[in-house]
Amino acid sequence: MTQSIPVTNLDGDFKTRARHALDDAQLRNNFRTAMDGLMHKREQAFSDPQEREDLRDLGNRIRARALSQLPDLLDQLEQRLTANGVRVHWAETTEEANEIVHRLIEAQEGRQVVKGKSMVSEEMELNDYLAERDIECLESDLGEYTVQLDHEKPSHIIMPAIHKNARQVARLFQEKLGGELSDDIHELVGTGRQILRQKFMEADVGVSGVNFAVAETGTLVLVENEGNGRMSTTVPPVHIAVTGIEKVVANLRDVVPLLSLLTRSALGQPITTYINMISGPRKDDERDGPREVHLVLLDNGRSRAFADAQLRQTLNCIRCGACMNHCPVYTRVGGHTYGEVYPGPIGKILTPHLVGLDRVPDHPSASSLCGACGDVCPVKIPIPELLQRLREENVRHPEDSEAAVAGAGSRYSNREQLIWRGWQWLNTHPRIYRLFLWGVTRLRRLQPARLRPWTDYRSAPTPAARSLHEQARNHMRSKS
Amino acid sequence: MTDLFYDASPNATRIVQSNKAGREYPEKPDRVVLFGTCVVDLFFPEAGMDAIRLLEHQGIQVDFPQNQSCCGQPAWTSGYREQAESVARAQLALLDTGTPVVVPSGSCAGMIRHHYPGLFNHEPQTRDRALRVAENTFELTEFLLNVCRVRLQDRGRHRQVALHTSCTARREMQTHHHARGLLAQLSGVTRVDHDHESECCGFGGTFCVRMPDISGAMVADKTQSLSQSGADELISADCGCLLNINGAMNRQNLNLKGRHIASFLWERCQEGS
Repeated sequence: MTQSIPVTNLDGDFKTRARHALDDAQLRNNFRTAMDGLMHKREQAFSDPQEREDLRDLGNRIRARALSQLPDLLDQLEQRLTANGVRVHWAETTEEANEIVHRLIEAQEGRQVVKGKSMVSEEMELNDYLAERDIECLESDLGEYTVQLDHEKPSHIIMPAIHKNARQVARLFQEKLGGELSDDIHELVGTGRQILRQKFMEADVGVSGVNFAVAETGTLVLVENEGNGRMSTTVPPVHIAVTGIEKVVANLRDVVPLLSLLTRSALGQPITTYINMISGPRKDDERDGPREVHLVLLDNGRSRAFADAQLRQTLNCIRCGACMNHCPVYTRVGGHTYGEVYPGPIGKILTPHLVGLDRVPDHPSASSLCGACGDVCPVKIPIPELLQRLREENVRHPEDSEAAVAGAGSRYSNREQLIWRGWQWLNTHPRIYRLFLWGVTRLRRLQPARLRPWTDYRSAPTPAARSLHEQARNHMRSKS
Repeated sequence: MTDLFYDASPNATRIVQSNKAGREYPEKPDRVVLFGTCVVDLFFPEAGMDAIRLLEHQGIQVDFPQNQSCCGQPAWTSGYREQAESVARAQLALLDTGTPVVVPSGSCAGMIRHHYPGLFNHEPQTRDRALRVAENTFELTEFLLNVCRVRLQDRGRHRQVALHTSCTARREMQTHHHARGLLAQLSGVTRVDHDHESECCGFGGTFCVRMPDISGAMVADKTQSLSQSGADELISADCGCLLNINGAMNRQNLNLKGRHIASFLWERCQEGS
């Protein structure tokens, strides 16, 4: 059987993938339409700007406080979870996390795993890891299921298949699952549900992510809209939750405002259809729920980001995706262009910590710093500032010992250093600067018509005949 | 407020409430310094000159220190902090005179007002100087509207204009409000909205050359929405955006051109325009 290669998963570097995405009219239309809708929904969900800003301030403080106490909260979380009967596992790398999950599944002699949506499991590439070991891991979120059917990766952290429209999903379902072609969304959901129901019943293990891990009570909070999260975490005999170490919050009261920020920022919902609060395995007198519950806490570069006071703010993120929805770059190139698990603005500031800046050296530059992301971030992560900081890290001397990010300095170039030193010299030597202005304005007709890459999309700008410096000086002289 | 929305922590970092929107404005001064900015200097000097004329028309004497150059933003946003600091330090030495500084660009004004002090956290003396200058720096439309409290007398024929505001100008200097406030004073001018008005035009300083295809797609969408807006002319208070949008409109042979708001306002106030 030939495997169809989706057009969106392209090789090459960021810029090559971006070019392909920009040329794909259908893809661009899908994203623009979807993102416009999401921006509108968020705006409606926060109809009172003062309330929105107060809540964002509060969200920021809750997350900042949780991070300031991170080691203590993680200790407390482990103690409370253990007391509740949840086994806690620590993984420094994705490899370790995969091994832990695999070992737990093997202990059940499990062959079928059903998974609720989890971006950390994407980070681990858990599906591939398990498939190589003859364990089937089925995605149960309909969007995740769709991209899994098409051998793709998610293109958005909340809506994994947002790059496809209903017609494209319908064709995919017909091709992979048979049956009638229908692009009626309810029918498509029905098709997915029929298949997934059976899988929930058969699964040996359920895997899920976590939205908030509550230290004081040892509670794992998981929000979702499809009920697949509840099925994945309650029907199979064993539930394994995987999450990043930054997801811990101090207490249940902290969850309330964060939840409101999350659901309103993500999809403009006042609340999700399901909120699961998991605090342990089935008790003796209970009739359902898993026999075992495990939590795998993954570091994967997070503690290094934590070590830097400015970059630490990256870990405030509650994964709502609003920064993507409002990003003019993401809207045009889509999620796959980023080539990593987390796309969009948050992806650009988070991914370097997970995989090293040298693997994603274009990420910090792929922003006009327009600031739309920072304006909508529910926990007020100053994304543009952090992008700028990563640009600094990118052009550091590779042997600079003060580098705060793994893989810093991969864009260090003698040529660029020279250009910026020249620019500095020009702008700090007024006589030279004025001479430069004089020269450019006098020789303006000699400027080439093509100044690539500027002129790929624009005409070359013609310098004025006389600079403002000259005109202002003449003006002042004429007045005195 | 329910008790669920409580103050998260007594120890949490205090959020310093930004005074961007609620800035207090001084009385109209006798004298100001114009910080022209590098893009205006080379590509839109008439905007700088019209800013001088508008200010002089308000009875204000305008100084233009010949030793000024660039605010340093290009290096700063490109990750070359050291070079940006050096250029910013040179401007600060020039601008720290106690005379208000007026900048015909929201983005450069925002750099001086909101980012200069942070650049010098490690140099207390320069930081103090930066704080003094920041407090005394105004974007042109902000200055005309809130310090000069101008009342513009429109002498031009009826015209429909679209307004584009640079993203940083809007966020850091509220330039969209100020520019709209000035345009609203012109009886013969109708401001028309355009689709995705607040979206970035794709300039982004060095972004437009580092990511040319994405930037190109962004400016193409912007010019399309502008040309569909029914505007006779595009007005902006930021010449970086104008350089980008005008370049693209020219390439696409669109019958629309962008102008700095200073030039537009000055022209409207002339007899027979």
